[in-house]
Amino acid sequence: MAVITMREALNQAMREEMQRDGGVFLMGEEVAAYQGAYKVSKGLLEEFGEKRVIDSPITELGFAGLGVGAAMAGLRPIIEFMTFNFSILATDQIINSAAKMRYMSGGQFKIPIVFRGPNGSAFQVSSQHSQALESWYAHFPGLKVVMPSTPADAKGLLKSAIRDDDPVIFLEQERMYGNKGEVPDAEDFLVPLGQADVKREGTDATIVARSMTVPLALKAAEELEKQGVSVEVIDPRTIRPLDIETIISSVKKTNRVVIAEESHAFCGVAAEISAQIMERAFDYLDAPVRRVSGADAPMPYAKNLERLALPDVERIVKAVREVAYL
Amino acid sequence: MSELKVIPMKPRTQSDSSSSSTGVVERDDTDRIDATELREEHEQRRQEQHRHIEEVDNETLLRMLYQMVLIRRFEEKAAEAYTLGKIGGFCHLYIGQEAVAVGSVSAIRPDDYVLTSYRDHGHALVMGTSPDEVMAELFGKAGGCSAGKGGSMHLFDADKNFLGGHAIVGGQIPLATGVAFASKYRGTDQVTLCYFGEAAVNQGAFHESLNMAQLWKLPCIYVCENNQYGMGTSLKRAMSQSDVSQKACAYGLASEFVDGMDVLAVRAATERAIARARKDSLPSLLEVRTYRFMGHSMSDPGHYRTRAEIERYQERDPIKVFSSNLREKRVLDDAGLKEIEDRVRTEVERAVKFADSSPEPAREELYTDIYATKP
Repeated sequence: MAVITMREALNQAMREEMQRDGGVFLMGEEVAAYQGAYKVSKGLLEEFGEKRVIDSPITELGFAGLGVGAAMAGLRPIIEFMTFNFSILATDQIINSAAKMRYMSGGQFKIPIVFRGPNGSAFQVSSQHSQALESWYAHFPGLKVVMPSTPADAKGLLKSAIRDDDPVIFLEQERMYGNKGEVPDAEDFLVPLGQADVKREGTDATIVARSMTVPLALKAAEELEKQGVSVEVIDPRTIRPLDIETIISSVKKTNRVVIAEESHAFCGVAAEISAQIMERAFDYLDAPVRRVSGADAPMPYAKNLERLALPDVERIVKAVREVAYL
Repeated sequence: MSELKVIPMKPRTQSDSSSSSTGVVERDDTDRIDATELREEHEQRRQEQHRHIEEVDNETLLRMLYQMVLIRRFEEKAAEAYTLGKIGGFCHLYIGQEAVAVGSVSAIRPDDYVLTSYRDHGHALVMGTSPDEVMAELFGKAGGCSAGKGGSMHLFDADKNFLGGHAIVGGQIPLATGVAFASKYRGTDQVTLCYFGEAAVNQGAFHESLNMAQLWKLPCIYVCENNQYGMGTSLKRAMSQSDVSQKACAYGLASEFVDGMDVLAVRAATERAIARARKDSLPSLLEVRTYRFMGHSMSDPGHYRTRAEIERYQERDPIKVFSSNLREKRVLDDAGLKEIEDRVRTEVERAVKFADSSPEPAREELYTDIYATKP
């Protein structure tokens, strides 16, 4: 197994799928000549040419809709948003077109498209560039929502997403592009959509974490182990469809849950997961589910305030101790 | 670019308008129209259509007339079914605009693509979706062309390359641009026709799409069906520069202003646009000036325009004018017209029967067709 960065893993996934299927193309702002604003598409223009790696104008609604139309006509577009903050301009095409085309045509069309790019905060980029939008997209039947937390998951999930016949919102995290990890060498290494991963086994409490909160949860688990608390860390990896079974199994074992997320808590994914836990495993809970979420405020610019707005190891440790009544 | 010779049916100038700021027409403005000028316009248009008739074979001409009559009678029946409560939700009729879909689709090949807005019954019919399936869709039945899940605004027929009715104003414009992108990507010479109303021209989706289409030379033909009202808001009250065909200049597209009440003028303009698209992979914008004789939808009170205005356009009813010219050119006689009307009546009655007898979608259909790949 090679140790590579998240950025390289994503790049490999796109390269391999473009080699495998001539209908796969990449379109977005600065994906070609510039090699990607975050260098995720580095080298792809050189290998596949400008027919398949296409720099778009800054016209998110337009190229998102173009991608959906191309998917209706049988291609497999990868549409990169430079950040998912800009996808807000494209939500009409993602939600009104991509998510619903199959249904409202009575199953006549499939929409095999991936919308991908960084989601959530970066480093001091302030309010309009730091939003985590997974709960928006996960809200709508017809979309699949994926959030990898390791290079291996990033590669395997992106390859699955590109091969999938449904629209997939693939949410990366700018803070994690440089994170390194082992990735299996097998050419056909895939991680199926809709399967959670137990990132660490434990018996006393469960932390459900996704994307950037997974490494934080694992650090918190290490810290708690020193304090005599055995923590299980579960990464759903796919938000929709959600592998609630794996989470429920863990809850039945540990009876205590903390959900860590970067996004705002209100109407968020943690709220959904905690509701489902209550519906399915209420009698197994020894304490109310606790959420550690991003602050209920727009993201501030100042370094100290930004730090306060995001979940961290300390807050996750504190929440676990609270549900464990320690 | 325009090769148009007929006098466009341009609306009277702003100063002639008697609309108040609320849009309610307070008095009739027909007396301001010069009767002689109007007669001359009609005569010029008549001659223009006569000339076009000579260029098209009789079989095609009669097929086009049949399609226009089919749409008209189908829509009249849909209106009736709506008032009987058999059709729910929104129902946007195409009556008055038949020449646009019929004329333009007559110029394409069966492997070309069509996308349109929510006013889509006519486009589905002219693309070859059976009236049975269209009516059943309006009735919300399992036998509908979208299995009863789309309704009036979301007719689809993948086998006929009819890629749908789309109900967010302008939403189909980027989609059609993507379909054209796919044709170019694959190296085929298929073209895509994208229909939308003039109100969609104010949406960003229109401008973003035209820019990409010309930038990347995509074979998409943007057909603006300018019926002069976005719901109840007239073009003049909604668009600072209301000459829609001129919008193409901003992006370097070829464009034409077309008389949408003349089915053959629409056909000829579409043929020119198709030539550009197939041969040189170039997009075009056609502003096709038309008029809807009915309300925006079935619930339209119609307070924003006068009876006199509607009647003025009804004089130019595209079916009436076309059949009259076909008679004058001896392509059509009374028996021929009766045959078309009889055939259409039978088909529309059969469609209603089919829709009535088609079952409702099964309960379990609520949760099918959401995903193609189940995890």
